[in-house]
Amino acid sequence: MKLVASGSQTVGPYLHIGLTWLNRDRIAGPGVKGERFVIQGRVLDGDGKGVSDALLEIWQANAAGKYAHPDDRQRKPLEKGFRGFGRIPTDAQGRFRFSTVRPGRVPGPGRGLQAPHLNATVFMRGLLKQLSTRIYFPDDSANAEDAILKRVPVARRATLIARRRARGILEWNVVLQGRNETVFFEF
Amino acid sequence: MNRLPHYRRFRPRTQPAYDFPFYASTAKRHPTRPLVIVPQTLSEITGPVFGHGDLEPTDNDLTRQHKGEPLGERILVNGRVLDEGGRPVPHTLIEIWQANAAGRYPHKADRHDAPLDPNFSGAGRTITDARGRYQFVTIRPGEYPWRNHYNAWRPAHIHFSLFGRAFLTRLVTQMYFPGDPLLSLDPMYMSIPEEQARRRLVSTFDLEHTVPEHALAYRFDIVLRGRDATPRERA
Repeated sequence: MKLVASGSQTVGPYLHIGLTWLNRDRIAGPGVKGERFVIQGRVLDGDGKGVSDALLEIWQANAAGKYAHPDDRQRKPLEKGFRGFGRIPTDAQGRFRFSTVRPGRVPGPGRGLQAPHLNATVFMRGLLKQLSTRIYFPDDSANAEDAILKRVPVARRATLIARRRARGILEWNVVLQGRNETVFFEF
Repeated sequence: MNRLPHYRRFRPRTQPAYDFPFYASTAKRHPTRPLVIVPQTLSEITGPVFGHGDLEPTDNDLTRQHKGEPLGERILVNGRVLDEGGRPVPHTLIEIWQANAAGRYPHKADRHDAPLDPNFSGAGRTITDARGRYQFVTIRPGEYPWRNHYNAWRPAHIHFSLFGRAFLTRLVTQMYFPGDPLLSLDPMYMSIPEEQARRRLVSTFDLEHTVPEHALAYRFDIVLRGRDATPRERA
């Protein structure tokens, strides 16, 4: 490698100025197939207080398990206009809420299939580089065989699985510190 | 089965730690458990794709987004987005935001006693060309105080947000200006352990792109995580 990757810096407290234009809390438009969900929750700091200057970014496949990206060479259908990207800032209480479709299973690592999941990146003031995590769906039998979940200590896996709050409404929180600290990944 | 690209891990000491006491807000906002290391899959080596259809014509010229011209020194910021192999990253979205010339952001959380500029919003965006090049027209941002420690001042900076080709190439960073005496006092800048890596966040004076009688230019190249020469993960 000839060069070294540039260092990360925090988004700071004024992140909304540069990033709000691309906020998307409806990840799947009207023509997109799949089972629809609302996912809501909070970003909580080490004192259990809501983080009012955080931002989530979501990246996901469609219901067929296909990403809208040229490196996904699977022969699966992709709806025109489906990007699979969401950007959701937290409110004054640290709450966020977005709607989407349940993604299909995507391949890997190796020959297996992953359980349906959303990829999530977390930014905030006080965070010098982003945190990456995943949101899995409750009561999905594929979770038990998911190669990424299997890498996570059993006691911490629940932090990655959303909980059912009502029909079509799931809850998932980002807990930065403490007993229920969310699992964050390094790739 | 298709072979997937595989991205290199960060070189040690070139990225900040999550827990950095000199930057007080990290105390309650850093993970206390180690990150869980997992293999790269299709989920991580893909990422959102943006195009010119997402942008407005004046998005990369922060001096032409209002009726009048903003106060301050007009500057050009040029550069390239490259990967660690030195290859350009074409057609990738760059978003920037910054304070005005007086060091003030038009944001409800900014209580600094400095004037707002009705002709400056401080946000821009563009997409790199086929050779990874980009350009912004803006004004030189002012330094401003913050409450991290006694008499704390942020050096002049422009926030940069980049996507690259994959979920795992996502980068948010800050561009600084050459010769700024506040850099060595700044917890954000100093959070990157290796001095050489820190210096790469400092733009360079760019005489070649300076426009006579109009604006000085600064060059800021950004390097995103690069792929291994030989892909090794299987789809």
